[in-house]
Amino acid sequence: MTSSIEHVDDRVMAILVTHERPPKASPVSATITHLWRGIMAFKHFPAQLIDIILLPAIFLLLFTYLFGGAFAGSPSQYLQFFLPGIAVQSVILMTVYTGTAINTDINKGVFDRFRTLPFWQPAAIAGNLVGDVLRYLIALTMTIGMGLALGFRPGGGILGVLAAMGVLIVFAFSVSWIFAAIGVVASVPERVSGTSMIVIYPLLFMSNIFVRPETMPSWMQVLVKVNPLSHAATASRALMHGTAGFWDVMWALIASLVITVVFAPLAVRLYRSKNTR
Amino acid sequence: MSSPPTLAIETSGLRKLFGQTKAVDGIDLRVPPGIVYSVLGPNGAGKSTLIRMLATLLRPDGGTATVFGHDVVRDSDAVRRRISVTGQYASVDDALTGLENLVLMGRLQGYTWPKARQRAGDLMDAFGLTHAAGRLVSTYSGGMRRRLDIAASIVVSPDLLFLDEPTTGLDPRSRNQVWDIVRALLAGGTTILLTTQYLDEADELADRIAVVDQGTVIAEGTTDELKASVGQVALHVRLRDPGQRDKAEDLLTQELGVPVHLEGDPAEMSARVEDNSRVLQALGALTRASIEPAEFSVTRPSLDEVFLTLTGHKADDQSAGDAGEEAAA
Ligand SMILES: Nc1ncnc2c1ncn2[C@@H]1O[C@H](COP(=O)(O)OP(=O)(O)OP(=O)(O)O)[C@@H](O)[C@H]1O
Ligand SMILES: [Mg+2]
Repeated sequence: MTSSIEHVDDRVMAILVTHERPPKASPVSATITHLWRGIMAFKHFPAQLIDIILLPAIFLLLFTYLFGGAFAGSPSQYLQFFLPGIAVQSVILMTVYTGTAINTDINKGVFDRFRTLPFWQPAAIAGNLVGDVLRYLIALTMTIGMGLALGFRPGGGILGVLAAMGVLIVFAFSVSWIFAAIGVVASVPERVSGTSMIVIYPLLFMSNIFVRPETMPSWMQVLVKVNPLSHAATASRALMHGTAGFWDVMWALIASLVITVVFAPLAVRLYRSKNTR
Repeated sequence: MSSPPTLAIETSGLRKLFGQTKAVDGIDLRVPPGIVYSVLGPNGAGKSTLIRMLATLLRPDGGTATVFGHDVVRDSDAVRRRISVTGQYASVDDALTGLENLVLMGRLQGYTWPKARQRAGDLMDAFGLTHAAGRLVSTYSGGMRRRLDIAASIVVSPDLLFLDEPTTGLDPRSRNQVWDIVRALLAGGTTILLTTQYLDEADELADRIAVVDQGTVIAEGTTDELKASVGQVALHVRLRDPGQRDKAEDLLTQELGVPVHLEGDPAEMSARVEDNSRVLQALGALTRASIEPAEFSVTRPSLDEVFLTLTGHKADDQSAGDAGEEAAA
């Protein structure tokens, strides 16, 4: 460590004389670079994988055996209804992590440096969200794989399951913009998870993920019907079981689009104004 | 290149408020290109706030600032293409390796992957970090982290580099390394604005110095000009017999040709002296008059003494309130 430094002067100087000016990074290239950054960080701390794998597994086992008998006569019968729904929960809980991760990230000194570089700034957030798609994929594979092992038999076959995964990933990506926005404005990561859980748990339970809405009071049925998570669960169920009509899937996609159109620009605007607080 | 040459930095009445705190309270700066310019000031003087405004990280509340002629608010993209910042607290990513950090910077500034990797490798090498290139930055020592931080700022060599207290907390060897790097950057054509709390650092590196306190510039000039106003060295004398102090004061004033400051301790006095050789003469004169110093010291003026001279009171006294707030926050 000591010996190498004696020449620092000449060698740094030698490097500095090449006053190269590479062309400005394109938005796509900047986003890919941020994605790479996320993947490298993940690679160095693979322990994060435990959360992604365990959380869906625990909820799946818990609810299947806790509610299965009471709701549907037997756990395995309940599983046919429940699994496509819990798949929604698996990815949605991952989107909350997105907000926490963005907040942790933004409060790092390195973000100050990013802000002074002349690249397309939303790439710093977009790269994170694209990276999270990998998490969704792992969480979904985990959930569905366990479901199959426990006796879930999708009528839609492998194509149906893949289509459902595709729709759920699109949906989760859109929802992650909501938590990205919360992640940008929150002062500390703990507050992100706190706020997010307050939003997410009522939405999860006030949906058709766990039970059919027919037994609920009518006012609640209305709420369940407009809940975007219900649209996602309906699409997931219909695709996995091969019964999907056009609107079953369409509502989930429309909900995704609306959420993205509202929250993506909001998150980016908040991020930019945070720059010059 | 163009005439008249554009200033690297020009500010006029620059202000930033945080609630009641006037962090930067009307600063006018003119920094020509091709020099090291140092902003010297105690904790809470407003150094970091000033840098963050110039680096487009913070919006000024008043006044104007341009970097190479581009307004930092209206034309921040143009400013960002010319500058780089090494913040006071390491702005590298702990979750990546040293090498990955530099690759990241290269990519975000438009290098291709192979070019970014090569540039990153070269810089790790030049900064003596090759042995740690594959280690997570969280395992780096303070000095290594600082060097990496500076390396990250020059992946694409900027025309203007901001260094916010680059050597605070470093041991003397690491500090020398950082100084070497600064000189090399300057020789490579980069203008450098550096903040520091240490007068000797400003003295060592800077062509011009602005002394800031409580958000305002209280003195500005070349290093020589500033030293002339403060004195080259500080002579500190402590007498055996406090009763002789009046006589000693007269003698010293006469021999040194500068006013002598009487300290709180009745046996002590000090003076700031332009000319080293006069110190010896003055001490000789004391001995001849049978006034015995119990001890004496000759030191280069510290930041405290600069403040004492420029403001008439110590830096600590002034920033005590701010420091308290900071600690409480
Ligand atoms: N984000 C902030 N919110 C509130 N007050 C702030 C903020 N940033 C700085 N200040 C206040 O502004 C004043 C100047 O702070 P600044 O960080 O610019 O000082 P500095 O010269 O860099 O000090 P140091 O040598 O300790 O780094 C201080 O009183 C500080 O408490
Ligand atoms: Mg500071």
